[in-house]
Amino acid sequence: MGEFLTDNIKTQEYFLNMGPQHPATHGVLRLLLQLDGEVVENLDLDLGYVHRSIEKMCERLSYPQIIHLTDRLDYLSSHMNNEAVALAVEKGLGIEVPDRVKVIRTMMAELTRISSHALWWGVMGMDIGALTAFMYGFRERELINDIFEETCGARLTMNYNMVGGVRYDLHKNFQQKVKDFIKHARKKLPEYDTLLSNNIIFRKRLQGVGAIDKENAILNGLSGPTARGSGVSCDIRKIHPYSAYDRVQFNEITFPEGDSYARYRVRIREMWESLSILEQLVDNIPEGDHKVKTKAILKLPAGDYYQKVESARGEFGVYIVSTGEKFPSRVKFRSPNFANLSALSKMAKGFKIADVVAILSTIDIVVPDIDR
Amino acid sequence: MTNEELKNKLLGWHQDLQFSEEGAPYLNVEVPLSLLKPLAAKLKSDPDCAFDYLFCVTGMDFGSELGVVYHLESTTFRHNLVMKVRTADRENPEIDSLNEIWPAAYLNEMEVFDFFGIKFKGHPHLKRLFLTEDWVGYPLRKDYVDNVNMIIR
Repeated sequence: MGEFLTDNIKTQEYFLNMGPQHPATHGVLRLLLQLDGEVVENLDLDLGYVHRSIEKMCERLSYPQIIHLTDRLDYLSSHMNNEAVALAVEKGLGIEVPDRVKVIRTMMAELTRISSHALWWGVMGMDIGALTAFMYGFRERELINDIFEETCGARLTMNYNMVGGVRYDLHKNFQQKVKDFIKHARKKLPEYDTLLSNNIIFRKRLQGVGAIDKENAILNGLSGPTARGSGVSCDIRKIHPYSAYDRVQFNEITFPEGDSYARYRVRIREMWESLSILEQLVDNIPEGDHKVKTKAILKLPAGDYYQKVESARGEFGVYIVSTGEKFPSRVKFRSPNFANLSALSKMAKGFKIADVVAILSTIDIVVPDIDR
Repeated sequence: MTNEELKNKLLGWHQDLQFSEEGAPYLNVEVPLSLLKPLAAKLKSDPDCAFDYLFCVTGMDFGSELGVVYHLESTTFRHNLVMKVRTADRENPEIDSLNEIWPAAYLNEMEVFDFFGIKFKGHPHLKRLFLTEDWVGYPLRKDYVDNVNMIIR
């Protein structure tokens, strides 16, 4: 033979469309890749395929109505999104919710977090090429959705939070089912490690891929597990505790490496922490009302209100500007996915197309939250 | 730093800054247009302030004025500051881009341009982000009218 087939082939730069209908973009997101051979030289985003202008719609809706729209943002963190709006309005009106509500909200949020991370883990495996992971991830997620269905009446967009409390009291099976789930998950979560985390092929796909250092992570506004994979301490549950997070013990998980595998490990460990939070609360749910009575028409006093919560993907913020009417004058949702996505081009430069898929998966984007 | 200390620090730099603390626990400061970029650079580089985390950029329509609200946090000291800038020019509003100081502003400023038409001077790639290039008008302005897609009760 003498020479390789590739020796005489000239490569040239070209553009490639990834999406809007691509399985790895988890929704309708279009990436424009500038490639040299298989290596990404530059990356541009094209957004807006599922933009519904929720912020504009909010200007013509009352505060209790706005809560219903927020679980259509990041539909996998629907409970936390609802909670952020409810907390902001309660703070503005000076409503103090009962202890029972705080604990219920915290438990629901942690269940949501585990279910979101389990889904992420399954889909992440599928993106990389390990189809079994998808089945495993959905096995745990199904159990949590059943718990939600009994208490909230819905499995995904629960709409469980309202101003002044939660919509229904806990179902009589709730405590037992959560206990069963904790037992089940403690047995099954190690399988995640044996199947993927310790798999040499899987690790080679993630280690050293899409690294971003701590300083750049902060300056780019990253938050949540994505930032904690770069060693940034940014857990809102620790820094600005809300609901019942000040009465539970848990660790903030950070890894200093900043690569895709660090982000992966943060999420796996976070599921264990969420289980521990659930375990601390499940036998300590205070008795009392599940909501307080509020006025029929809620009017926030004129001013600015900001509330942030830790959703499954990072810092979700609600900024409400009120002029004292029953409709807000401006509502802004600080979306964790939108901020996390802004670092994608920095992370992906110099890596191959298949690595872009891995990076997108470990950022864990949800497109309706980016487009709002 | 507490809000009071932060306020005194900023007043030490520029005496005529206006403050308000409406609603939120954050300190609000009204920043004149010409002062935005130098003040932002100072807020980031000053070792006592160290505002390195720009977590929320909001476009605003105040009625007669357009503006932008910046929410800042320091990851070292965990104190917050809210900067508000206003421009009375609704035809051709221009505000300095903060992309060089906080790269987090890059996508956010594109979003504000898309919905409010505020041009950010010095932004490397200012274009419509969510809407199509041929879209007419800026939908999140209060005076935007669209008889087809908007239902106004």
